[in-house]
Amino acid sequence: MSDPADLTIKAAGDAMRAGELTSLDLTEAALERARITESHLHAFLTLDQAGAKEAAAAADAALAAGEDAGPLHGIPIALKDNMCTKGIETTASSQILSGWIPPYNATVVDRLSAAGAVVVGKTNLDEFAMGSSTENSAYGTTRNPWDTDTVPGGSSGGSAAAVAAGSALGAFGSDTGGSIRQPASLCGVVGMKPTYGLVSRYGLIAFASSLDQIGPFARSVEDAAVLLEAVAGFDIHDATSIRGDVPNIRGSLSEGVAGLKVGIVTELSTTGIDPEVREAVVQTVNELSDAGAEVVDVSLPSCEYGLSAYYLIAPAECSANLARFDGVRYGLRAAGSTTEEMMAATRAEGFGPEVIRRILLGTYALSAGYYDAFYGQAQRVRTLIRREFAAAYEDVDVLVAPTSPTTAFPIGERTADPIAMYYADVCTIPMNLTGDPGISVPVGLDSKGLPIGFQVMAPALGEERLFQVAKAVEDIAGFTARAALATSEVVQP
Amino acid sequence: MPVEIDIAKVASLARIALSDEELRRYGEQLGAILEHAERVQQLPTEGIPPTSHPVPMTNAFRDDVVTGSLPAEDALAGAPEAEDGYFRVPPVLGDS
Amino acid sequence: MTDYEAVIGIETHVELMTDSKMFCGCPVDFGEAPNTTTCPVCLGLPGAMPVPNAEAMEGILKIGTALDCEVAEISYFHRKNYFYPDLPKNYQISQYDVPICHDGSIAIDVGGEPTRIGITRVHMEEDTGKSIHMGGGGRIHDAEYSLLDFNRSGVPLVEIVTEPDIRSAEQARAYGAELQRIVRTLGVSDARLEEGSMRFDANISVRPADDPVLGTRAEIKNVNSLRSLQRAVAFEIDRQIELIESGGTVVQETRHWNEETGKTTSMRSKEESEDYRYFQEPDLVPIEVSAEWRDAVMAALPELPAARRSRYQGLGVDARVAGVLVEADELGALFEEAMAAGGDPRLIGNWLSGEAVAWSRAENTAVGASPLSAQHLVDLAAMVADSTLSASAAKQVLGGVLGGEGSPAEVAEARDLVQISDSGVIEAAVDEVLVAHPDAVEGIRGGDMKPIGFLVGQVMRSTGGKADPKQVQQLIRDKTAG
Repeated sequence: MSDPADLTIKAAGDAMRAGELTSLDLTEAALERARITESHLHAFLTLDQAGAKEAAAAADAALAAGEDAGPLHGIPIALKDNMCTKGIETTASSQILSGWIPPYNATVVDRLSAAGAVVVGKTNLDEFAMGSSTENSAYGTTRNPWDTDTVPGGSSGGSAAAVAAGSALGAFGSDTGGSIRQPASLCGVVGMKPTYGLVSRYGLIAFASSLDQIGPFARSVEDAAVLLEAVAGFDIHDATSIRGDVPNIRGSLSEGVAGLKVGIVTELSTTGIDPEVREAVVQTVNELSDAGAEVVDVSLPSCEYGLSAYYLIAPAECSANLARFDGVRYGLRAAGSTTEEMMAATRAEGFGPEVIRRILLGTYALSAGYYDAFYGQAQRVRTLIRREFAAAYEDVDVLVAPTSPTTAFPIGERTADPIAMYYADVCTIPMNLTGDPGISVPVGLDSKGLPIGFQVMAPALGEERLFQVAKAVEDIAGFTARAALATSEVVQP
Repeated sequence: MPVEIDIAKVASLARIALSDEELRRYGEQLGAILEHAERVQQLPTEGIPPTSHPVPMTNAFRDDVVTGSLPAEDALAGAPEAEDGYFRVPPVLGDS
Repeated sequence: MTDYEAVIGIETHVELMTDSKMFCGCPVDFGEAPNTTTCPVCLGLPGAMPVPNAEAMEGILKIGTALDCEVAEISYFHRKNYFYPDLPKNYQISQYDVPICHDGSIAIDVGGEPTRIGITRVHMEEDTGKSIHMGGGGRIHDAEYSLLDFNRSGVPLVEIVTEPDIRSAEQARAYGAELQRIVRTLGVSDARLEEGSMRFDANISVRPADDPVLGTRAEIKNVNSLRSLQRAVAFEIDRQIELIESGGTVVQETRHWNEETGKTTSMRSKEESEDYRYFQEPDLVPIEVSAEWRDAVMAALPELPAARRSRYQGLGVDARVAGVLVEADELGALFEEAMAAGGDPRLIGNWLSGEAVAWSRAENTAVGASPLSAQHLVDLAAMVADSTLSASAAKQVLGGVLGGEGSPAEVAEARDLVQISDSGVIEAAVDEVLVAHPDAVEGIRGGDMKPIGFLVGQVMRSTGGKADPKQVQQLIRDKTAG
């Protein structure tokens, strides 16, 4: 048998239930992979070896006793470090939360625990999830396991890299403007942003509350669906969580695309898109057509304003969400002779430049005299974008586009140019503005050997159709390449 | 045209202590970002309601039930400074 | 000298006495050790999210409905952004451009002049924690450091804002008192000013009486009794008038009422004007009040103070007496019970608001703590009605009952206050008095009726108050006629 760390969740689960593999073996394999790769990658901020082994042993004991918690039973997974884990340091990659140990679990953490999953550690991110490269972490950059001179994308770069490298079989991230899908694309794994409100945000350190959504990373579409199923559903602690039944997520997974109508979004697939990425997307679309889908071009002209609207809405919300980091109750405190001075000094010292930039931007966009021209206008544009997408879904079942305009870019290339960095999310942001689900599936490699992601989008609560098409894309693309760092030659020197 | 902003006032509202050099730099960067963001003003939006929340819902309430509190030591565990069960801070200048 | 008119608006904060806080499951429980009724939500921990308390929403709808407000079909929570250490998230969840209730009013009556005070808005928000300023005599500006307790953080808070319709310190107090009565009647808050579960801020300006333009206003804070509300407003009106008269100008500022000195003083003014950067709270969804919900709240409202006063007046009770009965729970309860048992409203109302209140003050004991029951009051009124007791004797009997001497019959008997029903005895007493005062008799016969009262008094005295004065008067008239 190959290294268990390279198994899919599905395969590992089958092996465990067949008595060929224990959760402890699997978890140790993942931890061993992390031990070997971390010096190259820095995907994790915290590895909880003892806790993971303990949970794995407990999962084995439970399974032996006939208690099967479901498909995630005994599966080692990783969590982005902006999800609160009781008793385990949670920093959101910020100095301002250095050493902070939450006294409570995020809802997703409790649900994963109930589903029998084994948490191996907390992964690196751009500070407070603000960034597209994981270079904005206060604790060092994460590198792309396909090419360690390039970025893994962001902000959930640590989770994407961990799954790509085999240090976890699955992971969770948060997606505010593409922070799951874009790093999934750059790291050659599946990454999915659910419908806003499908997964509880309680315990997710908020960046932009009306855009943030937690979602899974996996090495297959089916695994991503399994991970989502474990955490989806109403939570009384999140007033924006959707009441009522969770949509059927895996129900149509193997049904293919014959008879479905697929729209390719012109505005997200042409201007500013790397030719190799464009070509891979077009090829995939053609193959969907060959598989029986009806493919049409769809123009959503308001999409071009999505990035602008996003860079007003997200900073505005973050300026309030991050106001609580003030040195009073937890986290860093800088010196100050008055509380006011202490707060201002703490925030200057504790936040990195990108976070400060966005707080200032959002503060300005909300301030008296500018609200209507900036924040108010951005929210009206948001309505226009939502309406355009809703109208498009009257005609097509799903929309498709590239996930990221480019493949992984070199570390340091865009750090001095915030606007160039912001463009990395141009294809993913519309889904956050509309609240609709989106998924990135790897479909090929560019000439540099870096993965290309294909994005499928569906209307709100259209997860069943989304996964159905994503699975078809996965099957068509037949993407089996593994990151350089995850291949046995490298990981077993 | 980059947008001119009173960056010192914005930093004060955001309660972040920045040097003059930092203010100048952030001011420039924000001006450039806002120049892009201003594109939203090109779209006619008369009569269009704003979206504050992507999924239309109302009345997400909870029942009036006490579900408990953190033990005081947990509440204070992260405190940079505490005294007699209270969070302690330097003197407060203004009035709320 | 110019005549000035004061223009006053009042903002009131009322803490709702729900079981749990506004946005989390911590108890609303005062007097606990610091930071023991807190959780991730009300401490503003990273990742925590608010979920509104349905009972608090019900509570604010009761208040809004009782204040005759319009209820917004859809309203929103907003974030009000400002940094202050007792505000854990450094924003307060409040309401902004669309409050849940708006455009209502409260009727008050000062000196027989009924006035309606408009209610601009009633909105839902959350309370802050508490700061204790240590060292420097506990004053904020001299403190060496401050301590923070977040037990109060997140307690449901209703803000009620009036139109600038109040014109005097007396009206300000009457408004505050009526609002307090309404809130207590609704049972949504204990509305204790001393404990801060009800808090007033008054905006005051003055202008020449014939000037349509409003003057510059000052906001008065730290008013923690109805009496200090009245005093603070009166002081501030005088201060502003004197300032203007002496050639000065009123500055827009927040002023602090000092109970000991009886003065308002300027608080440190902020360096820049507030910019709260309100925006819709993205962690919460809109509040939708259906017609059914609104109607159900309306239907379940208890009888409000104004309606109750008017009902009592309809029973023949004086306006002043009705006010006293509605004001004091124990008197009102005794009155209601006595009415249910068929007691005389006017007599019993007067006794409760007169003798019972006087007794309570003199003895420093609550009427409720005395043996007086509603049945006693009913019996006592019946004894007056059937002339067993005179009105004045009845008051003495009431004193005895309050003092624990027994039932009205027992006290009347023991104190020998039962009216003489034997007309022969009364006639003899009348004759005796007529003989003793021939001049008065002569005067009456000559057409001067004034001495009749004097003679009645003499008879009452000689019978120890036990004669029926009406009967005595009739006898005197009969015997002096012709």
